Amino acid sequence: MNRHLWTQKKSIWGFSILLLFILMATLGPFFTQDPKAFLGTPLQAPDGNFWLGTSGQGQDVWAQMIAGARASLFSALAIGAATTLIGALLGLAGAFWGGVVDELISLLSNIFLVIPGLPLAIVIAAYLPAGNLTIALVLIATGWAWNARVFRAQALSLRQRDFVSAAIVAGESSLRLMFFEILPNMASLLLSTFLGSVIYALGAQVGLEFLGLGDISAITWGTNLYWASNDAALMTESWWTFVPTGLCIALLGFSLALLNFAIDEIADPRLQVQKIWRRRVGRVTPGLTPVVRTSV
Amino acid sequence: MMQIENLSIMMADAAGSVPIIEHLDLEIKPGEILGLAGESGCGKSTLAKALLRILPPPAYISSGRILYQGHDILDYDARAMKRFRWREAAMVFQNALNALNPVLRIREQLVDTLQAHRRLGKKEAVAIAAEWMVRVGLHVKHLEAYPHELSGGMRQRVMIAMALLLEAPLLILDEPTTALDVIVQREILQKIVELQDTQQFSVLFVTHDLPLMTAFCDRIAILYAGSIVECGQSQDIARAAQHPYTQGLMASFPSLDGQRLQKRGIAGYPPGFAAQRQGCAFLPRCPRPCAQGALRQPPLLSWTPGHQLACYQAGSAQNGIPKEYLSL
Repeated sequence: MNRHLWTQKKSIWGFSILLLFILMATLGPFFTQDPKAFLGTPLQAPDGNFWLGTSGQGQDVWAQMIAGARASLFSALAIGAATTLIGALLGLAGAFWGGVVDELISLLSNIFLVIPGLPLAIVIAAYLPAGNLTIALVLIATGWAWNARVFRAQALSLRQRDFVSAAIVAGESSLRLMFFEILPNMASLLLSTFLGSVIYALGAQVGLEFLGLGDISAITWGTNLYWASNDAALMTESWWTFVPTGLCIALLGFSLALLNFAIDEIADPRLQVQKIWRRRVGRVTPGLTPVVRTSV
Repeated sequence: MMQIENLSIMMADAAGSVPIIEHLDLEIKPGEILGLAGESGCGKSTLAKALLRILPPPAYISSGRILYQGHDILDYDARAMKRFRWREAAMVFQNALNALNPVLRIREQLVDTLQAHRRLGKKEAVAIAAEWMVRVGLHVKHLEAYPHELSGGMRQRVMIAMALLLEAPLLILDEPTTALDVIVQREILQKIVELQDTQQFSVLFVTHDLPLMTAFCDRIAILYAGSIVECGQSQDIARAAQHPYTQGLMASFPSLDGQRLQKRGIAGYPPGFAAQRQGCAFLPRCPRPCAQGALRQPPLLSWTPGHQLACYQAGSAQNGIPKEYLSL
């Protein structure tokens, strides 16, 4: 599995882009000017001095983009991890114990699924004091339910398998059964759910902040876009205030999606074989054993 | 009926291609029951599936011809192959439970099969299905059953009925009774012999149960590591097997009324599928290894009329099972 992860084009590109953003978020702010400081004429086009121009507040857009990566990337990762973990735990518990526990968890997740997520997030975010933590809590509260459903379904089917019955007969404890027998079988689901949740968290977080529901004095990708829109970026045709941040968000999402595809291929050997086959022989008629008379 | 000539089947993987069946020649004659025996993993089922071309990639056929009444089915396109399957050659799969759709009644599955290949009205199709249910020893009322309502033996009978529905001249049985107990196994095989007697179709019977095969088949072919090592009339194989592998297989089944003997079986394991193999595939396990076998895979040659053999040591053990396979 690991071997494939490092030899596949999709995963190499995905990892490289993600790594670039992680470096940008961790080390970048040490090398730029103060992103909050008033440094030059507002809405100045990119030049040698300000690589990506200045914002409507006369701030360095380059510095803002890099500073924004830190808050946005790490809170997206944290929110993604939290929604995946909560979903996995609740789904696993419901599927494993069944009965009243399952009914309660299912009821709760169904309620959250029925409520439209983004409007709910907007309403909650508007009530609570603005800030990164608020946004994280809001997105976790509205994001876990779907994951819980997916994990519950997967765990239910694994629960029926003979190896679980064998482990029960062997006297393993419930927790061991859940975390050592069932959970490892969902490793690829866990990973792809996590990546999907990070993409969701990134988008939703930027969305909420763009609407001004975050802490607008903090520097994040979302607030960058909020200020760009507030300072009439489109009317003044100052594209440099929103294009860099927008591209970053798109690229990060793209890298996570690439990783997700790569994991799909690694977890399902049939996809790998199909790929090898297509490369070597070309398309084949489905349902018909191919005849390839090449002398090897 | 069907001639398989120089057939090779390969499996593609990331590292390259691995041969599963190598340069295999076999003939299925009209109206005969041909047994195909061998250990697990020797390529029996692969070969059986290749005859209907239902092996999915990464498996592919890399050489040879499969001639059915003069036509090479390897030249067929998807449409021709669809016509060929079930109308000319039908198959009974190993696991009847998995081969039947759990949410459809038996009647629907049989009628679907009929209507996919023949222009038939619903009533006619049901009538034919009912007729075959009776022929394989089931009651007509079971047409309305779902697969889970039937026992393993009954399901296997349904599979046989389904395979025979279109009266294909060739029936491939891929270990049809492996999952069943011996009594049901006997009933089902007797039913097949009975039907074969009246309908005169050819049967390719794949199994690893050699004594069963000698009782049931006209001819037997022994497959080892993707090649036929011996092929002959079943009484010849049973009494005068020549290849040390066949002898080992025969020696590993106890006789019901003979002397009490300690059985030894064949030492070692079948070889893995490797891209390159030099010499005879059986050499590492052979009780009488020869210098020639270390160099080349022995070809399948005629030993006596109707008895083919792939061994350089042919005839060195005229007296049946070598003592290496038996001890007191």
